Amino acid sequence: MKSLFGLLIPLCAVLLALVMGAVMLFTLGADPLSGYATMFGAAFGSIEGFSETAVKSIPLLLVGVGICIAFRANVINIGGEGQMVMGALLATTVALLFPGVPSLVLIPMVLLAGAVGGAFWGAIAGALKAWFNVSEILSTIMLNIVAVQFMNFLLRGILIDPAEVARGTGIPQTMRLSPNADLPILIEGMRMHLGVVIALLVAVGAYMLLWRTSMGFRLRAVGYNPDAARYAGISVPKNVTAALAFSGAMAGIAGAILVFGSESHRMVTDGGSTGFTGSAGFNGIVVALLAGLHPIWSIPSALLFGGMLVGANALQRVAQVPSALIIALNGLIVVFVVSSEYFKKRYMESGRVDVESDAEETEEVKNG
Amino acid sequence: MDLSLVLHIMVAAVAAGTPFVFAALGELVTEKSGVLNLGVEGMMLVGAITGFIAMAKSGSLLLAVVSGMAAGAAMAAVFGVLTLTLMANQVASGLALTIFGMGLSAFLGLDYTSFALPGVAELHLPLLSDLPVIGPLLFSYDVLVYSSVVLFVAVSWFLYKTRAGLLLRGIGEAPESAHALGYNVIGIRYLAVLFGGAMAGLGGVYLSVAYTPVWVEGMVAGRGWVSLALVVFATWRPLRVMAGAYLFGGITIAQFHVQGFGIEIPSQLLSMLPYIATIIVLVVISRDQQTIRLNSPASLGKTYHPENQ
Repeated sequence: MKSLFGLLIPLCAVLLALVMGAVMLFTLGADPLSGYATMFGAAFGSIEGFSETAVKSIPLLLVGVGICIAFRANVINIGGEGQMVMGALLATTVALLFPGVPSLVLIPMVLLAGAVGGAFWGAIAGALKAWFNVSEILSTIMLNIVAVQFMNFLLRGILIDPAEVARGTGIPQTMRLSPNADLPILIEGMRMHLGVVIALLVAVGAYMLLWRTSMGFRLRAVGYNPDAARYAGISVPKNVTAALAFSGAMAGIAGAILVFGSESHRMVTDGGSTGFTGSAGFNGIVVALLAGLHPIWSIPSALLFGGMLVGANALQRVAQVPSALIIALNGLIVVFVVSSEYFKKRYMESGRVDVESDAEETEEVKNG
Repeated sequence: MDLSLVLHIMVAAVAAGTPFVFAALGELVTEKSGVLNLGVEGMMLVGAITGFIAMAKSGSLLLAVVSGMAAGAAMAAVFGVLTLTLMANQVASGLALTIFGMGLSAFLGLDYTSFALPGVAELHLPLLSDLPVIGPLLFSYDVLVYSSVVLFVAVSWFLYKTRAGLLLRGIGEAPESAHALGYNVIGIRYLAVLFGGAMAGLGGVYLSVAYTPVWVEGMVAGRGWVSLALVVFATWRPLRVMAGAYLFGGITIAQFHVQGFGIEIPSQLLSMLPYIATIIVLVVISRDQQTIRLNSPASLGKTYHPENQ
């Protein structure tokens, strides 16, 4: 009963958003049905398309899973963008420092560096919240902007490709990173790479962390009722910091995968954050909210949004429909997911849910 | 450092601070009613592009301002329905609004990318504008900057000198009590949210039509978030919002002049400064929890359920 209803809400939210999107498509003079057929055909209609979708979903899933952990601990992490950037920078630096290390060691090394970079950036905001009462919403946003400028500084400075300097073109990008750090392609001739597996493992790992370890229990306890948690002897500041560090670590891994799974195998900046992250730091929040802050449900959720990104590109090519439409659709989906809380409550109040699942639903509502 | 440069920086700081004045004062009123709207960035973006399009199509500043404010208020209305009627979580709804606003503004602005507007001419006041020092410092701005000052006076007067302002603050402190006295908590919160949206929209219009009159996707560039930080920085007081806005504007402008003094700091590091400064200020302000608790509306961010009374 619970799972059925729990599934119904995100589905309704997506459907409603798609209907609104159809209206927008119509006003643009495109046929909504064939538009959607193009979109979803491109994203899920072929192995190649699905491979593309899977690759696009990696950062969304990783950031989304991190958001699940943070939000469960009642920490609002809007710093995914900055944490991705910092993770990628540290991973890139490691790859530049140790280009000769064999793949089997170097790939874990750069992923770990990504996690550390992101965790560090997240932990700053966490510590500021835990010990100085600084709103993490504001500090993570500010740290995003700082991280992006730091990236621009490094990629125009010490990390820049020497060839760019020699040529005088000065494109802010690193040299081609060590091939030993390239994420292996899973299927010959396609883009799907090891990052997909890593993202899935992280999602499962996050689920285990949250519901199968005492660490996860503490995180959730702090999120659910900090006063009760404190009374039970759980350190609220430590767990708040830990939640942001975990969340940042996952965003950092996403950043590292963006670099080492890219086609150019470089880290490039266009001066803003979206040029590097593709706004995954923000869209990951959408992914997590649609998934009801559940790491495993984040997998289909991320695939949906990844597919929409791939589909949006196809739509732009085929029907000249701007891909910005899809960003607006993402926002609409969250709007609908968020508003569904009301109907969830109404449904529960109507007494059709048994007591046990009622309690669980309430917990989810509160955390959402 | 000569006087004309100082003057130049101060004048530029006021212009740079003005979008924050609009957006942060609007958010201040919203928060005073007990509602935390994190969608300022999204509302500013949608206001910016709507005002920009209106200006590009009609050439009328008034029309740009009105449509930008209407667009901001419309976005705020969505937030109001979510949080006040459907009683959704305010934080999640605000985030949703920002994400939606980023997409919607990019979508609406597609045909206007890098399109430039003529900008808004400064008001030339006879005699006053020609005064030395005071002329450029006080009387060299466009009409929107003066409106922001009027807004500041109006908001301060409304909140602290009128009955309606007292009621609004009372609702932010104790919605249950206001409800028990027979006031319509939800209705008044709607008005506060709509006002906040209109002001965020106006801040966006100022950015896109007057401050940097070229449409660039995402041109609000975090200013909505800074406005939210300014409200905390100001411990929910209008005068401090104003001071904070110009201070932030000043830091933003100063970074362009630092290199002029022969200090060799890469520009990227300089552009981090305002944001690092914001974090530091937040740390300093937030350490004094007593002041924060004393000044922040007691019901801020909490969903109000009228039927639970």
